[in-house]
Amino acid sequence: MKRSTRSRILALSTAAVLSLSLAACGSSNESDDDNGGGGGGGESSLSGTLSGAGASSQDAAQQAWMAGFQEKNPDVTVNYDPIGSGGGREQFLAGGSDFGGTDAYLDEEEVAKATERCGELIEIPAYVSPIAVVFNLDGVEELNLKPGTIAQIFDQKITKWDDPAIAEDNPDVELPDTAISPVNRSDESGTTENFVEYLSATAGDDWPHEVSGDWPVSGGEAAQGTSGVVQAVTSGTGTIGYADASQAGDLGTVNVGVGEEFVGYSPEAAAKVVEVSERVEGRGEYDFAYDLARDTTEAGTYPIVLVSYAMACSTYEDEQTAELVQAYLGYMVSEDGQAAAAEAAGSAPLSDTLREQAEGAIEAISAG
Amino acid sequence: MPITTEPTGRQRTPQRLGDRVFSGASTGAGVLILAVLAGVAAFLLVEAWPAVTAPAEDMPGGEGVALYVWPLLFGTLLSALLALAIAAPLSVAIALFITQYAHRRVATTLGYVIDLLAAVPSIIFGLWGVSQLAPLTVDPTGWLAENLGFIPLFAGPASSTGRTMLTVALVLAIMILPINTAVVREAFRQTPRLHEEASWALGATRSEMIRMSVLPFGRSAIIGGSMLGLGRALGETMAVAMVLSTSGGVTFNLISNGNPSTIAANIALQFPESTGIKVNALIASGLVLFAVTLAVNMTARAVINRRREFSGAN
Amino acid sequence: MSLSTTDTEPDERSAAAEPLTHGTLPASGPPLVLLGAIATGAVLWLLGWNPALSGIVAAVGYTAVVYVWSRAVEEARAARDRLITAVVSSAFLLAMLPLVSVLATVVSRGLARFDGEFFTHSMRGVVAEGGGVHHAIFGTLIITGLTTLISVPVGLLTAVYLVEYGRGRLARAITFFVDVMTGIPSIVAGLFAYALFVLFFGPGVRMGIAGAVALSVLMIPVVVRSAEEMLKLVPNELREASYALGVPKWRTILRIVLPTALAGIATGVTLAIARVIGETAPLLITVGITTSDNFNPFDGRMATLSVFSYYEYVSPGVPPEASLDRAWAAALVLILIVMALNLVARLISRLFAPKSA
Repeated sequence: MKRSTRSRILALSTAAVLSLSLAACGSSNESDDDNGGGGGGGESSLSGTLSGAGASSQDAAQQAWMAGFQEKNPDVTVNYDPIGSGGGREQFLAGGSDFGGTDAYLDEEEVAKATERCGELIEIPAYVSPIAVVFNLDGVEELNLKPGTIAQIFDQKITKWDDPAIAEDNPDVELPDTAISPVNRSDESGTTENFVEYLSATAGDDWPHEVSGDWPVSGGEAAQGTSGVVQAVTSGTGTIGYADASQAGDLGTVNVGVGEEFVGYSPEAAAKVVEVSERVEGRGEYDFAYDLARDTTEAGTYPIVLVSYAMACSTYEDEQTAELVQAYLGYMVSEDGQAAAAEAAGSAPLSDTLREQAEGAIEAISAG
Repeated sequence: MPITTEPTGRQRTPQRLGDRVFSGASTGAGVLILAVLAGVAAFLLVEAWPAVTAPAEDMPGGEGVALYVWPLLFGTLLSALLALAIAAPLSVAIALFITQYAHRRVATTLGYVIDLLAAVPSIIFGLWGVSQLAPLTVDPTGWLAENLGFIPLFAGPASSTGRTMLTVALVLAIMILPINTAVVREAFRQTPRLHEEASWALGATRSEMIRMSVLPFGRSAIIGGSMLGLGRALGETMAVAMVLSTSGGVTFNLISNGNPSTIAANIALQFPESTGIKVNALIASGLVLFAVTLAVNMTARAVINRRREFSGAN
Repeated sequence: MSLSTTDTEPDERSAAAEPLTHGTLPASGPPLVLLGAIATGAVLWLLGWNPALSGIVAAVGYTAVVYVWSRAVEEARAARDRLITAVVSSAFLLAMLPLVSVLATVVSRGLARFDGEFFTHSMRGVVAEGGGVHHAIFGTLIITGLTTLISVPVGLLTAVYLVEYGRGRLARAITFFVDVMTGIPSIVAGLFAYALFVLFFGPGVRMGIAGAVALSVLMIPVVVRSAEEMLKLVPNELREASYALGVPKWRTILRIVLPTALAGIATGVTLAIARVIGETAPLLITVGITTSDNFNPFDGRMATLSVFSYYEYVSPGVPPEASLDRAWAAALVLILIVMALNLVARLISRLFAPKSA
């Protein structure tokens, strides 16, 4: 006990500082020597940090875009904060992020605010993804269900799997008399909003609830996020839920009644809905907001889709940000970018027409 | 005692200055806490106010802020109190086992493992609750609903996924166990040896010794630890959000899939997609949670203060 | 304390009828019963019983057998002692079951990605499989370090104030409001810190220090509370002895009170760090997430293990397994960091604690 307390404190803190500073070196995939390891890097003149925030639905796709973009432009760092559509819109409008993501297009008030911030608003449906209706029922892998039947199941009006309404469309399937346990999202979400919008548009009589991101029916099983819903559907019996199709995994899926036929989900069928939908009128030149034709009877369309928009300004205050946003959005809508998102997040690629229009809008981004 | 005051010449002169600096610094730290808290309170009040004054139909649910918050408050209290009811006795048992029963080296290791568990992030408890615990509760709750269904707590119908209030209470109890235990254990360990030896000398058995000297000494720590745990259970966000199936109103039914949500979980679930007045409504619910914890702590303080002796062997 | 309670309790049998000596259980008796109970529980579990139920059956069985056996052989008080011992130990073992299960789950799921790449790579440029948490490990260490730097001095000084100086209104107010502060939900702390930083840096601000401030709001009251408890446990005789030797108050606190309580305080601080290091909600709001290295807490987004783990779980890519593996592995890293911290705390308390019985 001869050493004084002070010297011991000194020794300990020195050791702590030393060990920290020794270890605080960069990640080995980020050190300067092997940057852009995949090749193709080095030619880009872009550098800086670009920050976006918004919908969590397009997070997986954003991860793919960031990876692809940063490989081409090794000196650029892109960040995307999946804080949710509401937060994303608010932050973008307040100038807190360079670009944003949102599951619902901006309303008039928000467009006015956006115009104030950045001249013309650019809004592109960059991420289109089918929402699968998934279920867990022993021995059944696919079911044909009409919109009205889906609505009644989720409204807890149809409570047994061997209900005549289900049996009628599935003559070849042996349905057990298990109770149906519908699973919905417990968090407010764009997925819920799009699904409810679909039910309301195609089966208004059987779905008397208001359209919002909050699930309107109480008493069902509720779970957080897409992964939570998939987890709950998987672990229960006789469960049915709705989730981003890329996460459906081995669960049984529903072929949805469109017109006279039943269509299973696929990226192509989802993309087709956007094609047959109308652009919202009375909005800016670069504002590609769509009112989706949920009740379409067009053959081969899968109408339960989630459309998530990328938001950007046409004018930015400084040159560097403008260039970065232009390049990044350009990559997002490019064939490469859309293919990367399709692989990483199971989304539907943009149609050529829409891509050309979007490229025109992105072209217009400037500093001023 | 090995602590010796080193005879230094300067000792007398800086005595008053040192005291003044030291007491000033510690008072300043206390005041800083008050300032931070005032900031938080001001933030909550300012942000919650629009929700209180807004017309009832603008609130989610359309019935005003009180009816919006009530089921959430109910769910919060129910889950936290259940968790505490499970965890408090267990934590005392664990602390007793570690300090009084286990071999010293075993005790150190065990204490270490339990400290570690205090650090397991809540999303891990959430993941564990959903993937491991919830499926285990399905069969027992089914049995409960069938055989004890006349008790409102087990009215059923039992959930087929196990993501029920009962599961949440268990998860919360497990989450607060380490913190409860750590506080109680430290206090038990400080039981004056004289007290213990006096008991032994009177021929007490181990359990009598514990009842006579260890428990009375640790009582305020048991309450304090429980309150820390209760605070954590009341404010727990991620684990509840991940485990609980939140689709019901006010109900004591612990085993169905329609459960009231809790305030903190509801904020986490709804905040990302909320804008405008809904954000204010969420923060108003946060203010209520704040008030509840305040009340809980006031009660705990009152209980502890009633037996406030300056400790030690005197 | 009330030593008299045992005397006043009525003896169940009259002294005359009672023999002076009693039989005792063999020393290896209760442990053998316990082993038997554990074995029974394990067999039930292997037979497909619910593990929780098997555990409860084993615990109740053990308690009952020991009590009945002891009651038959030994005197009543000894039997009660055996009963309480059995209750305490089986409650302990029961409580350890889920805790061990949590640890085992994290370790077994987390080990899948415990490779070199996981510790040396960031997530920059990673889609689907691969990638690592190098950036998040340092983010967590830096932010938690800053939090500790803010919280421990403030918390410790406040505790000293409350125990040693505080009298009257201010002390009561601080005691009360520290309690109130423990009740701040973590997400509210995050919102508060965010709102505070928006005042200075404009909307959309994300930086490590904002996260440290948010975590400090959560950590300070825990430090105060545990330090206060520990300081209170320092026997008054020590203080009085020191004063009697003419040692000024501040030196008494620094040289006598704090060192005596140091072991407890170190545990308390470690627990407080443990409490905040895994916080997710406040960091989501204040620090955000990035895929790249950023070790500057005063500029821009940083990755942290908890937020990383959370996002890997809620928005997995295709296939989801790669993301989930990363989420579990990140959680395991977090636990290992806390383990290391615990070791340091133990080292500190061993180095500094006064040598006493």
